[in-house]
Amino acid sequence: MSSGDLLALAPLWIAAGSAIVLLLLISVRRHFGLCAGFSILAAAAGLASVFVIGRLAPRTVTVLFVVDGYALFFIGVFFAATLIIFLVASSYLPPSAERREEFFLAAFAALLGSSVLAASAHFVSFVLGLEILSVALYVLIAFPLERRESIEAGTKYLVLASASAAFLLFGGALIYGETGVLDFATWAAQAQELPLAKPLFILGVSLIVVGIGFKLAVVPFHIWTPDVYQGAPAPSAALVATISKGGMLAFLLRFFWTIGLRRFPSLVLVFSLIAAASMIAGNLLALRQNRVKRILAYSSISHLGYILVAFLAGGAAGLEAAAFYLVAYIITMTAAFGSVALLSSADADADLLEDFRGVFWTRPGTAAVMTLAMLSLAGIPLTAGFLGKFYVASAGVGASLWALVVILVATSVIGLYYYLRVLTAMYARPHEGTAEAARPQGPRRGARTAGGIALVLLVLLLFWLGVFPTGLIDAIRTTAAALAGAIGPPGTGGGLP
Amino acid sequence: MTLLWLLGILVAGGLLAWAAGRVAPVWARWVAVAALGADLVLVVVIWIRHYQGLTLLGAPAWLLEWQVPWIPRFGITFHLAADGLSLILVALTAFLGLLSVIASWTEVKARVGFFHFNLLWVLAGIMGVFLAMDLFLFYFFWELMLVPMYFLIGLWGHEKRIAAAFKFFLFTQAGGLAMLLSILALHFVHGRASGVYTFEYAALIGAPLGAAAPWIMLGFLLAFLVKTPGVPLHTWLPDAHAQAPTAGSVILAGLLLKTGAYGLIRFILPLSPESVRAFAPFGMAIGVAGILYGAKLAFAQSDLKRMVAYTSVSHMGFVLLGVFALDGMALQGVVLQIVCHGISTGALFIVAGAVQERLKTRDLGLMGGFWNEAPRLGGATLLFALASLGLPGLGNFAAEFLILFGTFRSAPVFAIVASLGLIASTIYALSLFQRIFHGTKPGAMRLEDIGAREVAVFLALALAIIWLGLYPQPVLNTSRTAVTGIGDTYRHSSPTPGQTKAAPVSRDLGVRVRGEAP
Repeated sequence: MSSGDLLALAPLWIAAGSAIVLLLLISVRRHFGLCAGFSILAAAAGLASVFVIGRLAPRTVTVLFVVDGYALFFIGVFFAATLIIFLVASSYLPPSAERREEFFLAAFAALLGSSVLAASAHFVSFVLGLEILSVALYVLIAFPLERRESIEAGTKYLVLASASAAFLLFGGALIYGETGVLDFATWAAQAQELPLAKPLFILGVSLIVVGIGFKLAVVPFHIWTPDVYQGAPAPSAALVATISKGGMLAFLLRFFWTIGLRRFPSLVLVFSLIAAASMIAGNLLALRQNRVKRILAYSSISHLGYILVAFLAGGAAGLEAAAFYLVAYIITMTAAFGSVALLSSADADADLLEDFRGVFWTRPGTAAVMTLAMLSLAGIPLTAGFLGKFYVASAGVGASLWALVVILVATSVIGLYYYLRVLTAMYARPHEGTAEAARPQGPRRGARTAGGIALVLLVLLLFWLGVFPTGLIDAIRTTAAALAGAIGPPGTGGGLP
Repeated sequence: MTLLWLLGILVAGGLLAWAAGRVAPVWARWVAVAALGADLVLVVVIWIRHYQGLTLLGAPAWLLEWQVPWIPRFGITFHLAADGLSLILVALTAFLGLLSVIASWTEVKARVGFFHFNLLWVLAGIMGVFLAMDLFLFYFFWELMLVPMYFLIGLWGHEKRIAAAFKFFLFTQAGGLAMLLSILALHFVHGRASGVYTFEYAALIGAPLGAAAPWIMLGFLLAFLVKTPGVPLHTWLPDAHAQAPTAGSVILAGLLLKTGAYGLIRFILPLSPESVRAFAPFGMAIGVAGILYGAKLAFAQSDLKRMVAYTSVSHMGFVLLGVFALDGMALQGVVLQIVCHGISTGALFIVAGAVQERLKTRDLGLMGGFWNEAPRLGGATLLFALASLGLPGLGNFAAEFLILFGTFRSAPVFAIVASLGLIASTIYALSLFQRIFHGTKPGAMRLEDIGAREVAVFLALALAIIWLGLYPQPVLNTSRTAVTGIGDTYRHSSPTPGQTKAAPVSRDLGVRVRGEAP
């Protein structure tokens, strides 16, 4: 391992190192401001490092990692998302919580896991990344704010995530039995040579799909999602919704680009069904929810369904669309959970639609951010979500996936209904005096600053991508080219035709 | 660049009004008036300056044009362009927008800044729809106008505003997404055939579509029929119109519905003549059904605003009829009807708003005998009720006459049935006036008469409707180049594609232009 190799992994070192430094900081002296400040700076440094080492890419670091433009793009997105969630969390975590500094520690571990997933080229690094991510999320979801529902959610996630990891490991073992290796490039090469009827290989890939599906929370592996979103503290839920899903999606896109999804018609069918079911079930189940975090949970299920449409469209266009949508989705979800966090009190998260009643009149700024987030999720112009939806629909139409695109459009209309419900609650007149005064008003004013900065950043990003998307599109096209170039041009050997 | 100014003034004005509203509500109103006034002046100047050019045969396709690349990845450009048709509709937008601000001067009391922000942005979206010549940009504006309208209805509307706002948003969004699919299909069909992936209007409209043509048309049609509205996709309309505040109702009826009609003329008709010809009888049937059904329901309403809303369904039925008559003269009538309906129905909604603001009710059963107390309001109501029923000398008469005349040439049966609508409109329009102002007063309520501000609003509208009734020629001249080319596609009805671009012939106008060289 040369020094260049070490340097190429800089973002991973930064994430891992920050976790250790935090560990030491906390054991020496427990100071929230210090920990939060350090974490924010470290996340920013990680983000900067991505740009610096961009020159080294593409580079294969041992057999485990490939640091190319594709991986760096997603790692950069995860660091940026984590940075913003840190800002939100430093406003959100109540001073009354005894061990709130550990939030940053666990979040860095989750960030490390997601980044490893984005860069993994080998089954071992994939499993390592996944487990680092999962273990961090157990802690984050059940984060010790002395809330029962958080513990319940964490336990649920622990049990189900372990089960799904078992599926995944068994799948990997089956493929290993068939091929005798664990790196994806060789799998891809062997998949080409193997007759398609080789049952163990396909069975193995299918079991890996179960594990992936669980992390992405797509139907039918979605059952945990609403409970976990509802129970987890808002910033943790944001991490689950963004970098956890993003890491797995980055892996999914690369994995199936490498081994060639089109070579397995049965898998194409399975993914089509998953996408359709996620769009339909996610949107329908969200209709009758009365809790905003549950609405966001079902909404995120449907959004992953949309992304799968782009994934199935394949080719460079599909890859671009999926990546663009993911970025738009991460920004939007972070904005939504950020608003929820800033509206929450020290005792409980703002969750019931009733909690949001009249927020526009009492907290117009935060309500405006939430409004934008809802409009972006619904895909209304001027927001990033609009162009994301356009991109995905365009990829779907371009690949003639008519059934999926029609489902996408029809379910988007259904989805609009529950986003409007959230808006309606926020814009309704608040109840007369008493209820308003009795309700806790979220974090203290001074503590809101960091979160406020985060929300302003998110709003700017939402508009920026909605109006001037060209910069991001160019970056993503370079990314897609990096992936295509490493494996071979799309449409031939390794690509998704 | 001038076209960008038209939009930019509204967008900036909206933000400024929001900010100004935090200082004092009245500032927000003045900012809105200034922005819309500036737009109106600008568009009138453009109109006058280019009027001569408009009437020339073989004039350039676009009077004004502005284009910059926007999202090169998809071949999307920010392309604004105006021909006569766009210009008329943009002028109507600025005119009605200005009057709706003035008309709701005292009605809106809460969050005045935010109200005017939404108002100006919905107008910017509508204007953008009339000017966009890139299909992505068109869709962008099409969707953009929904959100502010949703807020206008949902925040400042009447008692059932939430349900109405939801219904409005869901219906139009469903139509809009269907259109998005059609736009994307068009993009890829054209791209695969020519190798050029673009959303440019000129390239996509008229491209050979093959077997996909009916499906692509259907997507567009769905969006436009929801907006226009065509029976049975009209059910959002009475709720939205009745629950919206006055300015919202005026904009909905006067402008938002017109985006659907504009879409039919601009996109559906030139898209694929074969498919349109196959659909035309159904289109006319929907139009006639709207005329009669809307009139019947209008007569049956007890809610003043719902009543006016159903008259919209009826009048917009004429628009559908005229569009699908596929006749140059009927199309001219459609353009005139778009303008006249905007003015007359807008005026009736201002009447309804004035009545509601004073009586706090829209129930016609509680009204009657107000003529003595409010003669000025009564006079205005009478004038616009007469316009609505198609009295000769007022704009709607000229418009509906042209539509029926043009339709008769191509589809006499539909024209005959549709003309029954003129009788029905007489019944509902007179009943509307009678139920408010004649008879005995059912209660002790007093209807205070309108003041100078409202008189000025009605005066402007009255002058416009009388002008359009007595001398509609300037409007017809303006839209002629844009419209007759489309009409001619269908007039010489042998469907050989070579003839579809025949030069407009003034004989087909039916309406001779005075002083024009033959």
